[in-house]
Amino acid sequence: MSDTHAGEVLTTQDGKPLKVALAKALRREKLRALALIAPLLIFVLLTFVAPIVDMLFRSVENGIVEETLPKTVVALQEWDPTSGTVPDEAVFVALYDDMAVAVEEKTHTRLGSRLNYEASGISSLFRKTGRGIKRMDEAGPFKEQFIDLDKDWGTVETWQVLKRFSPRYTPGYFLNAFDAQQTANGIELKPEDERIYMYLFGRTLFLSVAITVSCLLLGYPIAYLLSALPLRSSNLLMILVLLPFWTSLLVRTSAWKVLLQQQGVINDFLVWTGIISDAGRLVMINNQTGTIIAMTHILLPFMILPLYSVMKTISPSYVRAAKSLGANDWTAFWRVYFPQTIPGIGAGAVLVFILSIGYYITPELVGGTSGIFISNRIAYHISSSLNWGLGAALGTLLLVAVLVLFVVYDKIVGIDNVKLG
Amino acid sequence: MANTRGAAVKYDSVQKSYDGETLVVKNLNLDIPPGEFLTMLGPSGSGKTTCLMMLAGFEPATHGEIYLNDRPINNVPPHKRGIGMVFQNYALFPHMTVAENLAFPLQVRGVGKAEQQDKVKRALEMVELGAFGNRRPAQLSGGQQQRVAVARALVFDPELVLMDEPLGALDKQLREQMQYEIKHIHENLGVTVVYVTHDQTEALTMSDRVAVFNDGVIQQLSTPDDLYEDPQNSFVAQFIGENNKLNGKVVEINGSECLVEIDDGTKLKADKVNVAAVGDRTTLSLRPERVEFDTVDTMDNLVNGRIEELIYLGDHIRVRMNVGGNDEFIVKVRNRGEKRKLAVGETVRVGWALNDCKALDAVV
Ligand SMILES: Nc1ncnc2c1ncn2[C@@H]1O[C@H](COP(=O)(O)OP(=O)(O)OP(=O)(O)O)[C@@H](O)[C@H]1O
Ligand SMILES: [Mg+2]
Repeated sequence: MSDTHAGEVLTTQDGKPLKVALAKALRREKLRALALIAPLLIFVLLTFVAPIVDMLFRSVENGIVEETLPKTVVALQEWDPTSGTVPDEAVFVALYDDMAVAVEEKTHTRLGSRLNYEASGISSLFRKTGRGIKRMDEAGPFKEQFIDLDKDWGTVETWQVLKRFSPRYTPGYFLNAFDAQQTANGIELKPEDERIYMYLFGRTLFLSVAITVSCLLLGYPIAYLLSALPLRSSNLLMILVLLPFWTSLLVRTSAWKVLLQQQGVINDFLVWTGIISDAGRLVMINNQTGTIIAMTHILLPFMILPLYSVMKTISPSYVRAAKSLGANDWTAFWRVYFPQTIPGIGAGAVLVFILSIGYYITPELVGGTSGIFISNRIAYHISSSLNWGLGAALGTLLLVAVLVLFVVYDKIVGIDNVKLG
Repeated sequence: MANTRGAAVKYDSVQKSYDGETLVVKNLNLDIPPGEFLTMLGPSGSGKTTCLMMLAGFEPATHGEIYLNDRPINNVPPHKRGIGMVFQNYALFPHMTVAENLAFPLQVRGVGKAEQQDKVKRALEMVELGAFGNRRPAQLSGGQQQRVAVARALVFDPELVLMDEPLGALDKQLREQMQYEIKHIHENLGVTVVYVTHDQTEALTMSDRVAVFNDGVIQQLSTPDDLYEDPQNSFVAQFIGENNKLNGKVVEINGSECLVEIDDGTKLKADKVNVAAVGDRTTLSLRPERVEFDTVDTMDNLVNGRIEELIYLGDHIRVRMNVGGNDEFIVKVRNRGEKRKLAVGETVRVGWALNDCKALDAVV
């Protein structure tokens, strides 16, 4: 081997720089690797990344006002919403032109329902105006005609809402998700009785923590047993652990209904044994208890599996060594065994927590009103109220919450400490 | 041992079965005096670890009693036995530093902080790792981890230390160095050591006495030189050192000597060790370095053999011969720089003394 001096470029036999030759040789390998993962990559891009980007976009997007009422939006730029007076005739002329087109294309009702999220009553205002606009005198003046048609056109608030939501992008959905709203005096919290999302977020976090903790308490001993048993019996136990994966989620959840309801198996049994009286039947379903019980059951394997895979790698000689050094059973467990299972606890807890924070079907079925999660509200906005923007904003907040937790977790436990298998 | 502070160990008719069908340890009787370095040597699966685990308290004896300083300990839990232990994979706690590992046995005994630090420091210095207290076990080399494991087993001043193949994972050179270090520590501290290995060199160099295990039974319990010079049966002769076997039948017995007719008809004189009566099958055992080529006329046994192969090893030459129908007969010839050349295919006379040739139980 000849030694190479600093700065001298290594070359191959025919004089090409070594790095170039190497890159060329590796390129084919890289292309092949890329081709192998391409189907999955495309799938993930289309079904995962794209919808999320779309959701992020929808949570701030607000093109509908400008698209439906283009001239009005331009005309409104001159108007000062704090002036306390309704805009002048020019704006009403623009509104008439825009509404005539919108009614033709039947887009005015959509705009009405969109703005109704911000101020109730606007939906009917637009519908009424749509019906009446054909009867208006095309020569104007329009201001009086509009106010005659519906006196709401004569109030400053209506125009404030229109002006506030005329930009293409709006923080309105996010403010809504934070139980806040934009008023003439800036951003304010909603009246107390209308705040629900922050409370729902809080409940979702609290119930997810409760579910994670109960999964840990129930799963830890089972995972330990699994790792300590001889292979044959541990395989059988593992099948039992995985059994929940093999039954339909709906069936399992319904089974909990049968067990937990007030006329259900558990209550009947307790009454029969005399532990509780017939009048004092426990309410265990359609509330938070039901959600915690059913979700702990469903998510338990996600706690057990990472714990098990970590515990399996812990040689029994550690505990033996601890005992030979004079530690009793508890000390040997707490000082020697338990610390080595923390990566498994971390992995299981993160997994269960993140899964439960976004869970939908089980809280929907057994949560009643007090046991539902933020995701149930998101689903409501996506499929019932059709307020996709708010649904998207709530979803985005949920995503951010998970990411923040992830970062916090990484800071405290370290993500490379997490072992899944 | 000048300053003995070791414990006495006694196995009394100990039997062990894991499955209720086979005995892994069959009627073990063993007396270990204070301060002794006793090695359990044997092939894989012979029950060495099981014996150690019963002593440490991790496996219950199926039958019999184990005594520590004349106190029966079958019902004493492991953490109250006060026995230091070095595991094959060291079992250093990965989430603690070296110093924390060493402090662990002191902490659980409620030793004061200052004394803990003092003892940990001394233990680390004993194994020459004074500067490594703040490292994690994963940041140490295999040999260093091994030393930490030894230090940890000794730091709480146990009277008895068990070591289960502690050097198994080290390379040859490091293993030899550690053998001496462990031996010196034993000599300095005077603790009783029960050591398990399947490496016979290790057993011979380190031990006061060696118990050779096979199939759950102690085949022989003696000092290293006795084991080599006076094997009591064919298993021990075969397991310890190199050994030539010649199968035959006893034709005559005179006191401590006997005459054996080996399978090709040659009659050889041998030391009667493990044969009962005339007519019994026997296996003669003979060390390769006790066989001579020249000046053989005066020897007790003389036979002709054909040279099959010569292997030059520097300080000696290994000669593979066919003697008495056994073509795996090895002779070690010291390299004295002589002119005499051995050649493959040549037939030569070899001889050996009666005392070097042991008549043992027959192997098939
Ligand atoms: N926990 C156990 N359950 C059942 N059988 C066991 C158990 N431990 C050991 N055995 C069996 O007992 C016999 C002796 O095992 P032991 O571990 O004592 O051997 P060893 O002499 O230490 O071998 P090695 O040199 O390979 O460590 C073996 O046949 C082994 O299969
Ligand atoms: Mg063993």
